[in-house]
Amino acid sequence: MRFNNIKQLEEHREQALKNQQKVKNTILVCGGTGCLASGARDVEDELRKQLAEQGIDMEVELQVKITGCHGFCERGPIVSFIPSGILYEKVKPKHVEEIIEKTIKNDKIVTKLIYKDPATKKKVQQYEEIPFYKHQTRIALRNIGQLDPTSLDDYLVRDGFKGLVKALGMKPGEIVDEIDKSGLRGRGGGGFPTARKWKSCIKAEGEKRYIICNGDEGDPGAFMDRSIMEGDPFDVLEGMIIGAYAIGCEEGFIYVRQEYPLAVVNLRKAIDILREVGLLGENILGSGLNFDIKIARGGGAFVCGESSALMKSVAGKIGEPRAKYIHSTEKGLYDLPTVLNNVETFVNIPIIIEKGGDWFTQFGTEKSRGTKAFALVGRVNNTGLVEVPMGITLRELIFEIGGGIQKGREFKAVQTGGPSGGCIPNELLDLKVDFDELTEQGSMMGSGGMIVMDERTCMVDVARYFLDFLKEESCGKCVPCREGLRQLTALYDRIVAGYGTLEDLDKIEWLAQDVMIGSLCALGKSAPNPVLSTIQFFRDEYEEHIRDKHCRAGVCKALTRLVIHDECIACGKCIEVCPTDAITGAKKTVHVLDQEKCIACGSCVEICPVDCIKVEPVKVAGEVAS
Amino acid sequence: MPEIIIDGRRLKCEEGETVLDVCKRNRIEVPTLCYHEAIESWGGCRLCMVEISHPKWPGWSNWVTACLYPVQDGLVVGTNTTRVRRLRATVLDLLLARCPNSSVIQKLAAEYGVEDTNYEPRLDGDNCILCGLCVRVCDEVIGVTAIGTANRGASKEISEPLKEPPVDCIGCAACAYVCPTDVIQVIQTPDYRVIWDRTFDMYKCVECGISHITVEQKDWLIAKDNLPADYYDLCDICKRKHTAEKQKELSML
Repeated sequence: MRFNNIKQLEEHREQALKNQQKVKNTILVCGGTGCLASGARDVEDELRKQLAEQGIDMEVELQVKITGCHGFCERGPIVSFIPSGILYEKVKPKHVEEIIEKTIKNDKIVTKLIYKDPATKKKVQQYEEIPFYKHQTRIALRNIGQLDPTSLDDYLVRDGFKGLVKALGMKPGEIVDEIDKSGLRGRGGGGFPTARKWKSCIKAEGEKRYIICNGDEGDPGAFMDRSIMEGDPFDVLEGMIIGAYAIGCEEGFIYVRQEYPLAVVNLRKAIDILREVGLLGENILGSGLNFDIKIARGGGAFVCGESSALMKSVAGKIGEPRAKYIHSTEKGLYDLPTVLNNVETFVNIPIIIEKGGDWFTQFGTEKSRGTKAFALVGRVNNTGLVEVPMGITLRELIFEIGGGIQKGREFKAVQTGGPSGGCIPNELLDLKVDFDELTEQGSMMGSGGMIVMDERTCMVDVARYFLDFLKEESCGKCVPCREGLRQLTALYDRIVAGYGTLEDLDKIEWLAQDVMIGSLCALGKSAPNPVLSTIQFFRDEYEEHIRDKHCRAGVCKALTRLVIHDECIACGKCIEVCPTDAITGAKKTVHVLDQEKCIACGSCVEICPVDCIKVEPVKVAGEVAS
Repeated sequence: MPEIIIDGRRLKCEEGETVLDVCKRNRIEVPTLCYHEAIESWGGCRLCMVEISHPKWPGWSNWVTACLYPVQDGLVVGTNTTRVRRLRATVLDLLLARCPNSSVIQKLAAEYGVEDTNYEPRLDGDNCILCGLCVRVCDEVIGVTAIGTANRGASKEISEPLKEPPVDCIGCAACAYVCPTDVIQVIQTPDYRVIWDRTFDMYKCVECGISHITVEQKDWLIAKDNLPADYYDLCDICKRKHTAEKQKELSML
């Protein structure tokens, strides 16, 4: 099959729609990495097996599809149903029989598998009624979880390639104008206006141009781009094809990080299909556009998410950034004009073209239009992938969609923007999430990682953790980043070991400021964000570590002394979990903790039903073994 | 022709020049460690950072590396502002912690008021500041790429492939020549040269007998530049003498 022109494509879409309408029921099994890890494949196999045994017609009667990530990874494996909209969570193969019996054959709910709202304790059976989904606006993620990522027909049924069809009827300049009108800004973190980037590449001189999709999502805890590449690869490719037509280029690359094997598999399948049907290759849909896409796999370096390092890496060189006083749009891959956009930016393109730039501006704020996907992780009840309109407050995001803090604990901070984002405290929870507001508070939008922290998180340790990560991931080219982050980590090590001084704290601030200005690329320039923002908002915690030798969260082991208070009900649970047998006690007597043996792991604090084990300061640095 | 203002001086410059080019021509001192005029600018040491602003961008200023920043008409550059001096002092302080025994770094740091490092000194390290000049000269100028870098971040190092004596090395010692902190060891005798754990036989001038090039370097250059086989039979001095004599003969005619 090959579409030589738009008419043939549309005829095929009609056919696919007709085939789809014949199907009475579809079962969607989430095949995102999270659900796969918790056993989604076994559920799928069991479903197929039992359905086959019962002789149910899988072509017409009922389809089972393994889809992309539903985003609700906390509750996986997720199984949902079209058209009824029922969603089951934490499904195991043993539940399959009951699902078939009740839901498929008799339209009844399996009550134990439906979602219970932790806030209201109410059971919710419909997909869109679950608060996690209800408050979301899905544009970039609109197809994910709703289709089989490797089925072109599924994509066409959900309006796939309508954007491209419309684009091919427009002049390249009109496409850029439409994007300009939409106000779309780069979703990779920088927030640079996409249309301006494209225009500048069009203006640049060069014998050829390149278009690159950045799928090197390296932030710990972030998985928006992975879910898109795994769950909706055609959308990414369509965005790139439209981009190629707009800027006039024949060759594109998708740079996918080493750690995303499923994304590579699905993208490769999608590319092969598009080549076969003539949506990639020569004379696409008879328009005269020649364009092909290759996958470039990363080697596991975080810094290769930086545009200039990424282009070096694509060209087969060591992934080190260069100064961008001359932009990549003029001198990018192989020193030729190059447009590099993030995965999420590209998936916004087809729908903007299809529905128009004005349509897009109804979402978001004046300066940050549209929606943004976030990986909401950490100590919230509902972790997962969410997409919200720009301008939503952090409070709504964390407490309404995220369902609040786990175990009813106190919220402490949220880190936005990945390892080099800043930590935003409680008093700024009403901050609007858009490119400019976050930057103003010393954090950043970044690619969309959002890590929620509660009272059990030590802010000094958080800053140290991210510094340590960035120190390892620095490419080592420039002195402030390579040597500066090493020295910052050394200063933090002193503080968490109990040997820090207030002078060290000043030194940290001084050095962090210089690393920020002095570094070559965005990795070094933003690495001090977690340091400076935690010092700004949580200075008292630093001072406690230094002056009182106290880590109130009980995270820094050398500064943690656990003490059992008299409220102890002598239940013996702590004795059971203690890995070093440091706790002793009998029935009806307050348990005793031997400081010599205690390693301050906190297991007892976690399990104590009456919270009688408290974190107290150590008297002398090094009093408790580090 | 663009004009820029550096430290209050209005200076003419060429299109495509960098700020550092203009500084050098006008004898405005800007320290550098990873820069060499024969090698493409890299911007790694961050020592040549200067402060820039422009009347067309009111309220905006930035810190950039002079070795890479292209001039543009009206640019205002400060090479010695308080913030620039602080940045350089920090960079040198960090380098002093990395290489406490390097006299080059000690001297430069002292110029910026850093006598002892404020940070944790690396006691077991060598004097390599990872400016990358050796790797870049080998790749860009010589064209053999015998050495490279290994690892990244704090554990990055200059390295031979697989940490074995580099097979592609021709013993030209350009790496040692450009090294600002003299880390690369070269043992030179009349008959051989040892560098990167490899021993290279020297090729001697047929006239004065001085060792002027390694055999591998001679063969490499003859092949690369398509030169006559006897091109390196004479050393530079003898070659010059011959040329002078030839010119004398010609002028006699």
